[in-house]
Order: sequence, then C-alpha cells, then structure tokens
Amino acid sequence: MAGRGRGRGRGQMTFNVEAVGIGKGDALPPPTLQPSPLFPALERRAAPLPGGEEGEYMLALKQELRRAMRGLPYFVKPGAPRRDIERYSDKYQLSSPVDSAIDWNPDWRRLPRELKIRVRRLRKGRTAPLVPKQHVALDKEETIKKLESLEKKEEEVTSEEEEEKEEEEEGKEEEEEEYDEEEHEEETDYVLSYFDNGESFGPDSDDNGDEAVY
Amino acid sequence: MTQAELRLCSLLLQEHFGEIVEKVGNSLLRTGPRPLRLLVGDTGLLPDQVKKALCVLIQHNLVRYEVQPRGSVEYEARSERILRILRYPRYIYTAKTLYGDPGELLVEELLLHGHLSMSCAVARVADRLTETMEDGKTMDYSEVSSTFVRLADTHFIQRCPMVPESPRSAKAPPPPAPALVIAEKDMYIVPRLSLVGKGKRRHSCDEEEEGEHKAKRQKQEGGTSETPPDDGIYWQVNLERFHQHFRDQALVSAVASRMDQTSSEVVRTMLRMSEVTTASGASHTQPLSSNEIFRSLPAGYNIGKQVLDQYLALLADDPLEFVGKSGDSGGGTYTVSILWGELDVTRGPGASRAPPSPFQHLSLIPLLLRRFGSRCARIFRLLLRKKHLEQKQVEDFAMIPAKEAKDMLYRMLSENLVSLQEIPKTPDHAPSRTFYLYTVNVMAAARMLLHRCYKSVANLMERRQHEMRENKRLLEKSQRVEAILASMQATGAEAAQLHEVEEMITGPERQQLETLKRNVNKIDASENQVDETIFVLESFIESTMKRP
Repeated sequence: MAGRGRGRGRGQMTFNVEAVGIGKGDALPPPTLQPSPLFPALERRAAPLPGGEEGEYMLALKQELRRAMRGLPYFVKPGAPRRDIERYSDKYQLSSPVDSAIDWNPDWRRLPRELKIRVRRLRKGRTAPLVPKQHVALDKEETIKKLESLEKKEEEVTSEEEEEKEEEEEGKEEEEEEYDEEEHEEETDYVLSYFDNGESFGPDSDDNGDEAVY
Repeated sequence: MTQAELRLCSLLLQEHFGEIVEKVGNSLLRTGPRPLRLLVGDTGLLPDQVKKALCVLIQHNLVRYEVQPRGSVEYEARSERILRILRYPRYIYTAKTLYGDPGELLVEELLLHGHLSMSCAVARVADRLTETMEDGKTMDYSEVSSTFVRLADTHFIQRCPMVPESPRSAKAPPPPAPALVIAEKDMYIVPRLSLVGKGKRRHSCDEEEEGEHKAKRQKQEGGTSETPPDDGIYWQVNLERFHQHFRDQALVSAVASRMDQTSSEVVRTMLRMSEVTTASGASHTQPLSSNEIFRSLPAGYNIGKQVLDQYLALLADDPLEFVGKSGDSGGGTYTVSILWGELDVTRGPGASRAPPSPFQHLSLIPLLLRRFGSRCARIFRLLLRKKHLEQKQVEDFAMIPAKEAKDMLYRMLSENLVSLQEIPKTPDHAPSRTFYLYTVNVMAAARMLLHRCYKSVANLMERRQHEMRENKRLLEKSQRVEAILASMQATGAEAAQLHEVEEMITGPERQQLETLKRNVNKIDASENQVDETIFVLESFIESTMKRP
C-alpha cells in the first residue's frame, strides 16, 4: 500500500512535525535500541524527608506495629518442617501447636460454619498443645482437658511426653521403637547395627568357606 | 485492580500476617470471589491452613463473605482495606494527639486485633498502661472506658455489624453463614457497662505470688468463660472518620499557607463544629452562621466579632474558594467546601470559570516541582489554568525560551502528564492544517501518579526486606548479645564482664549495624511519606468519581 515503503519518505510521520516544534533538519535523538536503564540517572535529588517529632514517632510506631504483629496469633506460621532425624532437643523445644488448631478464640457465631476446625483428639489424656501461659482465654474444652490432665499428672508425666513425641513424628513411630529396642538391649551408647562384633569372622562362619584362608 | 496494587497488597499481607495468609489473599485478589474448596484447590495449601487464614482475614475485615443462593459461601477480598494497613501508624498517631495515651492504645489494640468487645479492649489497654506506670500504681478501668466512650461519640470507632437476633425454628437448619447487619443509628451507641477493675501487672519475677495466684487464676479462667455483659457487641475502627480528619487537617494547613494562622483557626473551628453533622461524601459542610462560629472559637483567640466577619469575607472572596457564603441569616452563613475536586459551577454568580481546586495545589504541583524542576511546574500550572494552549502560546505565557519549553513539554508528554488534543481545521485532518493543543487531563494524571505511588511503596518494602535478609546473621548475633547482656545485668555482673560481652560485636560489625538501622529507618519514613500522597490522590479520585 502507499506509504509503506522503506526507501522513499523514510521518517515521515502522520502529523505535521513542524506543528509540534521539530523543525526541518533538527537533530533528533538517536533511536533507542535497548531497554531503558534499570536505575536512570537522578537529575534532582528528592526532597528531604520530613523529620521532626511527628515523623519520628510515626516511624517508631510503624516498626513497633510490625514487630507486634509477628507475635500475635494472627501471624499464621507454616507448620514446623518435619525433621528427618529425631533430635534430643526436640523434646525441650516449644513446638508450635498442631496446624489445625487456632490459637485465638474467634466468635464462631460471626463466622461461616465451614471455617470451624475440628480439633482432633488423639488420646484421652492428651494435653492441650503447648500454648504459652500468656493466653488467658482458653477454650472450654481445653480447660477441661487441662484440669483432667492435671489430675492424672503424677501418673502420666512420662507417658505425656511420649505422647507428644509421638504426635510430632507420627510417621516415625516404627523407627523410634526399633531404635529404643536396640538401645535397651545392651544399654550401650553405640548403635548395635553399626558394630560388627566379629562373630561372623573366622572358620566358624559358612560364608567364607569357599575362599582360601591365608 | 492494577498489578501495582496487587503486588503491594500481597507484600503487606506477607509482612503482617505471614506466608499462608498472603497466598490465600493473593488468590482471592487475583481471581475474585470464590468458595472455600476452589480456594483450597487454587492455593495448594492444606484445607485447615486455608480455613485458619480465612478466619484471620475475616477477623481483620480484610475479607468478607456472602451466602450464595445455592447455599455455598463465597469469600471476597477487599483490596482497598488491605492497602489501609500502610496507614495504621498515622491513625494511631492521630488518636494520640486527640485523646492521649489511652486513646492511642485503644486504637492500636483495635487495629491489631481487627475487632474487639469493649470489655476486652478496656482490659487490655489498662494492663498495658499499668505496665508503663511506676511500681505500685495501676490504671483504673474507668479512665480508659471514658476515653472509649469519647472515641465512640466522635465516631472514631464504630460497632461491627451484628448477628441478627431472630429466633429460628428448630426445624429449619441454621444458615451456613450469618448475615451480619447493623443500623446506621446504632453504630455508635456504647452499651451500658459498669467496668470495674484495675489494670493488672504481669509479675514475672515474683514467684511466690505466682504460685498462689495460679490456683486462683484457674478458677478465674473458669469464671471468665461465662458470657461477659457485652457479648456479641464488637467494635472496630472507623477509618472513614479518620480520613475525614486528615482531610480537615490538610484543608486547614492549605489555608494557613495561603493566608495566615488566624484564618486557618477559623476554618478549623468551622470544620470541628460540623464534624459529626456532615454526611460522608458531601461537597460542603452544613451552613454555619458567623454568630455560632464566634461562639465556638477556641478560648485563646479573642478576636472581635468584626474581625471575624472580615476574615470570613476574605476567605469567601478568595479565588480558591475554601469557604463559601451561602446566606445572610445570623450575620452571614458560611460553608466550607470539602470537595477535593472542581467546585460546583452552578453555585452563585461569578463562578463562570471554575477555579482550580485546592487539591491541585496540595499535591500535584509540588510533586512536579521536585521531579521536573520549577519551570515545568510553571508550565503545568499554566496549563491547568488555561486548559488548552498551543506550543507557541505556552512559550509566550510562561516566558520560557522556545527550546527549553519544547523540551519540558515533551518530557511531560512522555510521562503522560500532559496530552495533545487535535483540532482539525479541515475535514481531512491534514497535519499542516490542524491545531495541536496541549492540555492536562487531571483525572488521568492523578490515576497515573497513584499507580506510581503504589509501585514505589512496593519497591520500598521489597528493598527493606532485602536489606534485612542480607544482614540477617548480624542481626541475630546482635540480638543474642543483647539477650546475654540483659540476663547478665539482671543477675548483677561486673562492668568488666559486660564490657567483654559487648566486645563480641566488633567495630566494623557495629558500623554495619548502624548503617543498616539508618537505611531501614529512612525507608520506613519514606513509606509513611508516600502513604500521605496516596491518601490525597485516592481521596481526590474518589470524590471526583462520586460527584454526579
């Protein structure tokens, strides 16, 4: 079609360039062949930030607010990652409550029913998850559970800890038991399966019967 | 929802509520209202986690739910409310200036928890205030609750919509989600409670008392599980009212910068008198007679009635028309124009040419001043006044040499702050025979600037998070050292030992920490600053859109 050629009439535009102010023969800036720089040069420095009492107070408020919000129960932390090896310190760390529990007490009448999470009860003597004592408002169920568990506390001290350990690592129960068994067999610090006590060495064993003995 | 808004919303959610809530909020913002199971499918999280996140979001009024006719509940994110998280420090500071420490803490608690019942809020604030007071003194509940009542009376806090009390028959199944309603007139009524008590101090080092109180506390917890007297009545912060207050402040300061202190006081008085009576979104306050204004002037300003009348006349005659005269009864009635945009052209004689609005002076022009230089600002102001100008006319009126004027105009054109309007002389639109006029489209310019503001805040937040991540190791180390120092001081260590522990952080590391702190402070202060601009731009756009 007319006007699409590249030879004649290169650089013509649809409107009259003179009207916009580009005179004939004026040097136009060279065409840009690359994306604009990431940090274009600053021609003028920005205005200084308003300091003064108000600015500083709001700054302090902002940082306080950020810090406070991280500590509130509304800050939903992802569940603790499953560790591949059970460590001794796990017993003494404050574990986060099981994912499904809500730390705070919303007014369930105001929320849709489908959002209510059923708190699973694994065992009868299960204590409430290790909620730090600052939370004053406990659920009724949890209060009752806590009272129950306090009654049975003396008998179940060790079994409680074991239950918590089992809760945290549900899938690792078999390994745990194996591990315990091995330890209890000889009560050494060494895992027996790593140690070869040499019983299978020597003329008694059938394995090496075919090979020559030097 | 623009990309910049989306990005900013998700950064805000992540910073204040964590990754899980951010994912859920992101999904809701990008794809619109949806029910729970689709949400679980989208985000790929566990259903329990999604439920937890939704509870948090609903608690903070960031997400609302609606029961669909087919029985499912759909959740919708409120993006404009999420962006308000940026403004929380400003709200809290305003409450502090108006109502002192109890007011500040009340607003802070309400913002942190989304919504609270009155008894709960008062108890928490009293405890916090007691912590900061000297040993032996406690804060009484009555002072805090009186501040609460004052906040409610001036509409700074309002009641949340409530569960309807309709008795349902036993046969009909309860609806999947309650439909919360509240009448306008009930919104600020404070329930009659007699909150008696004092703030409790947390005794962390007093072990005997703790042992005694443990048994008592358990019984008490059993007691507080009964319903408190104001059960079901929750309060939230009324953000619109705070915005109104900010707008009044901006108006007053504009008047002060244009005229003098006394006239700004007059305008402030007028605004204060009509705080509660003005409907939100009105373009003018209710007319106030000058007698009333005279009576309500603050005690310190003993100016005579004549002087007040002169001031009012001056304000009314000002071309920016902050104050308008609307009648003569009672010594002349005046209204303050609180609309951000252009004033109503049909109002009164002499208004044939709509004057530029206060907004433009407050925000757009200083921005340009900084970014492009004072000459560009001059051209811009000229275009605002004269609407359409040709290239030649711009040079003449602005008294700037042609070359520079051209350059500035093209720069502003490339930034989309000014635009070209073609006016053809002939029907075939021949370029040599058309007028090309420069003009400013205020709404478009405002929207573009707003978009830029969102982008800049998002960039600032990302940069701040990057800085913190880079120096994470150092920050953790310094925290540990501080903890060690604190515990050593508590157990009474000597100065030499303390000094030794302090030495664990070397000189260059200390410098690095100092630099980090300075940078983070600067970035935070900039975020606050940009938020002020966002407020002005958003109010302008909103009020101009609402205007019929």
